[in-house]
Amino acid sequence: MSNVRVLVGTRKGAFILTSDGKREKWDVSGPHFAGWEIYHVKGSAMDPDRVYASQTSGWFGQIIQRSDDGGKTWFQPGTPSGLPVTTPEGMPTGESNKFVYDTSAETGKPLTTHQWYDGTPHPWEFKRVWHIEPSLDDPDIVYAGVEDAALFRSADGGQSWHELPGLRGHGTGSLWQPGAGGMCLHSIVLDPANKERIFVAISAAGAFRSDDAGATWKPINQGLRSQYIPDPTAEVGHCVHHITMHPSHSNVLFMQKHWDVMRSDDAGDSWHEISGNLPTDFGFVIDLHAHEPETVYVVPIKSDSEHYPPDGKLRVYRSRTGGNEWEALTNGLPQSNCYVNVLRDAMAVDSLDSCGVYFGTTGGQVYASPDAGDTWAPIVRDLPAVLSVEVQTLT
Amino acid sequence: MILVALPAHLRALAGVKGDVELEIDGPVTRRSILDALEARYPMLRGTIRDHVAGERRPLLRFFACGEDVTHEPADTPLPEPIASGAEPFFIIGAIAGG
Repeated sequence: MSNVRVLVGTRKGAFILTSDGKREKWDVSGPHFAGWEIYHVKGSAMDPDRVYASQTSGWFGQIIQRSDDGGKTWFQPGTPSGLPVTTPEGMPTGESNKFVYDTSAETGKPLTTHQWYDGTPHPWEFKRVWHIEPSLDDPDIVYAGVEDAALFRSADGGQSWHELPGLRGHGTGSLWQPGAGGMCLHSIVLDPANKERIFVAISAAGAFRSDDAGATWKPINQGLRSQYIPDPTAEVGHCVHHITMHPSHSNVLFMQKHWDVMRSDDAGDSWHEISGNLPTDFGFVIDLHAHEPETVYVVPIKSDSEHYPPDGKLRVYRSRTGGNEWEALTNGLPQSNCYVNVLRDAMAVDSLDSCGVYFGTTGGQVYASPDAGDTWAPIVRDLPAVLSVEVQTLT
Repeated sequence: MILVALPAHLRALAGVKGDVELEIDGPVTRRSILDALEARYPMLRGTIRDHVAGERRPLLRFFACGEDVTHEPADTPLPEPIASGAEPFFIIGAIAGG
């Protein structure tokens, strides 16, 4: 029988929630890395016991942690060759936190400036890893999306990280600017049908595509319209909150923009709005049913400053038609006095026959639906604010 | 032997309890202490000083014998009680909420 492992990153540590395929009873382990912000935890599709975590702190900087046993034990993979990866007490010994923009004459791009909130030039500065994306076919290859926005790659299981500088240096960087959370590269989508193709999204720059494994990039923002920037249809500058793709339909992308839920049927070359009858088209998460490429999930959020569900009702909205026609999913979710947010990486699905959908809130709840959103129940209610949720289906 | 008192998060990261003991050849300065600390505990590289410029991370401070030496030159010799190991060199995270 299949099991499910939910990887949760929070403001104060990581938690791992496990259940069998019924998804009724859950074991909770954690906090791992107690007191640290865990922006993202994600496992390898090739080797589910290989899990990477982004551990970060405003005081002490960025750490990458790795587990080779499904999250039971962790180490920093940058241990010098020949040395033990843990101390006798079991603590990590390695260095795996070196994220340095590639400015070399041979392969790099100069560090330029991006726009600050007031429009003035601001130097590019590394702050943290927002998103970790393991390769689809090699557990030692993993990508990291960072703030200030850039894409890094490791080919040695997280020991060393090297920027793919063609993105940061492709030419429009001086026009990128931070969103409220910082100028972060938060979405990395790998195309299972084309190893050379990578999609990323940056807040607030937009979406970008590479067709040569990350060497060169083009902005893919045609059709986006953002009234809050000087030119609403500019090539870059859009505050994209998240993008996703169904693995069986790799030319179809879905996007939750600051405002507007969008869809592209041509690998991002053009976008059209699918907000339809949503009560508000602001939000952060967007995800897809594991077996139904046209079934889309979003969590509408009231904005621009409130950032909680409209009317105090926590509702997931589902479209079974690829957008425009949405139904509210409320069974088991609080329908009064609920003022949490659901952040951009905090929704995921499992791939069991009856697709499970999961999301975490800034109030510390992680909700699960074992029936594609028809009914919901909290797995945990009182974690620190949830930053990210990923799911592994284990067979 | 000199002693270094780390913030709790860095003690956890390094897998140590209590003060760290380090041997240092030559003058005992902030730079020589941090060099020895990072050599002994490579997982702390980048957590106290930036990888690229080697500069102190903004929310960390250094204290010796009750004095704030955060803004002293990195190669200034530290007081004798630090150099002799009678008192620990403190690395402290700034009070900044959270």
